[in-house]
Amino acid sequence: MGFFIETLLGGLMTGVLYALIGLGFVLIFKASGVFNFAQGAMVLVAALAMARFSAWAIELTGSMLFGNVIAFFMSVAFMIALAIAIERLVLRHLVNQELTTLLMATLGITYVLDGLGQTVFGSSVYTIDVGMPKEPLFLFQDVFEGGILLNPDDLIAALVGAALVAALALLFQYTKVGRALRAVADDHQAAQSVGIPLGRIWVVVWSVAGVVALVAGIVWGSKLGVQFSLSTVALRALPVVILGGLTSVPGAILGGLIIGVGEKLSEVYLGSFVGGGIEVWFAYALALLVLLVRPEGLFGEKHIDRV
Amino acid sequence: MFYRENGQFKASYVEDLRIFKVTQDRVAVLALVAIAVLLVPMLASDYLLRAVLIPFLILSLAAIGLNILVGYCGQISLGTGAFMAVGAYAAWNIGVRIPEVPLLVQILLGGLCATAVGVVFGIPSLRLRGLYLAVSTLAAQFFLDWAFLRIPALTNHSASGSVSVGTLSFFGLPLESAWQKYLFCLGFVVVFAVIAKNLVRTTTGRQWMAIRDMDIAAGVIGIRPAYAKLTAFAVSSFIVGVSGALWGFMHLGAWEPLAFSLDRSFQLLFMIIIGGLGSIVGSFFGAAFIVLLPIVLTNVPALFGLPLSVDTAVHLEHIIFGSLIVIFLIAEPHGLARLWSIGREKLRLWPFPY
Repeated sequence: MGFFIETLLGGLMTGVLYALIGLGFVLIFKASGVFNFAQGAMVLVAALAMARFSAWAIELTGSMLFGNVIAFFMSVAFMIALAIAIERLVLRHLVNQELTTLLMATLGITYVLDGLGQTVFGSSVYTIDVGMPKEPLFLFQDVFEGGILLNPDDLIAALVGAALVAALALLFQYTKVGRALRAVADDHQAAQSVGIPLGRIWVVVWSVAGVVALVAGIVWGSKLGVQFSLSTVALRALPVVILGGLTSVPGAILGGLIIGVGEKLSEVYLGSFVGGGIEVWFAYALALLVLLVRPEGLFGEKHIDRV
Repeated sequence: MFYRENGQFKASYVEDLRIFKVTQDRVAVLALVAIAVLLVPMLASDYLLRAVLIPFLILSLAAIGLNILVGYCGQISLGTGAFMAVGAYAAWNIGVRIPEVPLLVQILLGGLCATAVGVVFGIPSLRLRGLYLAVSTLAAQFFLDWAFLRIPALTNHSASGSVSVGTLSFFGLPLESAWQKYLFCLGFVVVFAVIAKNLVRTTTGRQWMAIRDMDIAAGVIGIRPAYAKLTAFAVSSFIVGVSGALWGFMHLGAWEPLAFSLDRSFQLLFMIIIGGLGSIVGSFFGAAFIVLLPIVLTNVPALFGLPLSVDTAVHLEHIIFGSLIVIFLIAEPHGLARLWSIGREKLRLWPFPY
């Protein structure tokens, strides 16, 4: 039983990390109808920027906390600059295009970011150290034999994720920008006709998604090290948003949790029967099953087609 | 001046329905095929054949297959690499388990297996579209990658799915030197290009295009979406599977699942975007472009005394691919094929103003 709960908790933690990346997808899709394939590349670029800036800032200031804070704000500025560049160079020219065209454009952006990020920041493996505690915790040692192993950095990541989600929910629900974002998501043309500046909204959304990517990059990067494989994490997070529904923030969270838990449990309890390594496709299979029943995902908006 | 169609009258329906309606086009295409069959094997060096022409031919074939699905039927697929893998492994398995089967039949059966798998993974397309469908084809990619790596029965118990082919022959003729393999691939490409070009002009092809343009409207006018989508998946996967088998047998010789990874799928998608969605000739342009670009990128800077490190060249290649995709999507969504047809229109008038 202790082992089962441990696996379950591990899955939930991974799930939060997936949800962090999934959030980026949902944000951009909600506000601009663009499925941002480049989210993974953005995570990679953000993490690379953070790693390089923090190395520089820590050396400069001599203080770890201070250096990391400076580096964080520099990286935020960098992601905002990136968002502006993407809007200016790409999105502005693709207004009112088909969804698939936009999808393929973000595929192109992915390649540019992958190449550019590694050319500018270098392609070796970097580390991000934001001072997360590493010693594992043991919980409920009196209830189960040996207790339940828990990594505190996972726990912190989960808390950060939860805080981020809460902040985003507030932003969407109660601010002027949030209202504008929801309006644009509803109908580009109608939003434009009541005077909402489409271009600026897109910059805002991509910046927010960039910051989400930065947080995800820091969390994942301090776990796995900052390297190219970080951008493939996004492919693992893709089924999360599909499962949860592309237009729903809570869907991304719940999808992340379901897939995180499902992956871990299936790997532990099913994997040994079929040769292991099934986590690479299990999430996709799960998402597909849900899609066959509910084509818009668990929490997605139902789509009505008109001829 | 030379490219005019004045005086070429269409006197019968057959003439009106020709693929190449202008005499000059027909002559040019025949000449091109003749050069490809007769002159190229004699003149081209071994390197040119092995590193450029054979990959170009096979990838063009795969691009034609993908273009039928994405360009003509509008169903995005990110799992092309996996369908190529199915073709390659199926053909290899047939060859290993039943050695009497001739190579040609092996490859075609490999294509048929890919068809079956493609149709199965095409079933979600009946419910899903756009992004959701792209994700379900990604599922195919990841699942099949995993299957060839981890299920020993599929690869005849060879370690981590790496297999190799022995000496090949085509009805008694040896297929060893580069030019023999080149001609073998060329045969496939020509036959399938003609079939594909004709197929997209038939009822089925027009149904695909109707589904692509608006599937609800297509359904309203009496096209069965299930039938149209699944035939597109079937035909596309068959061609892609055959190209996968060729890629394994003719180009690689020995391969592992990594040869047909997600990167291959993206590469093929880029080919048809750059070449032209919904255009058979565009598939050739796109394949040529993507095959040549890395070679140019590694060789040109060296000519100017600026040797790029392998790393930088790869990153640069990514940047250029990516920006080209975006540029093409913005400036010329119909790709090189559209530029080609604009050029032809201009050439019809040249050198007169009208």
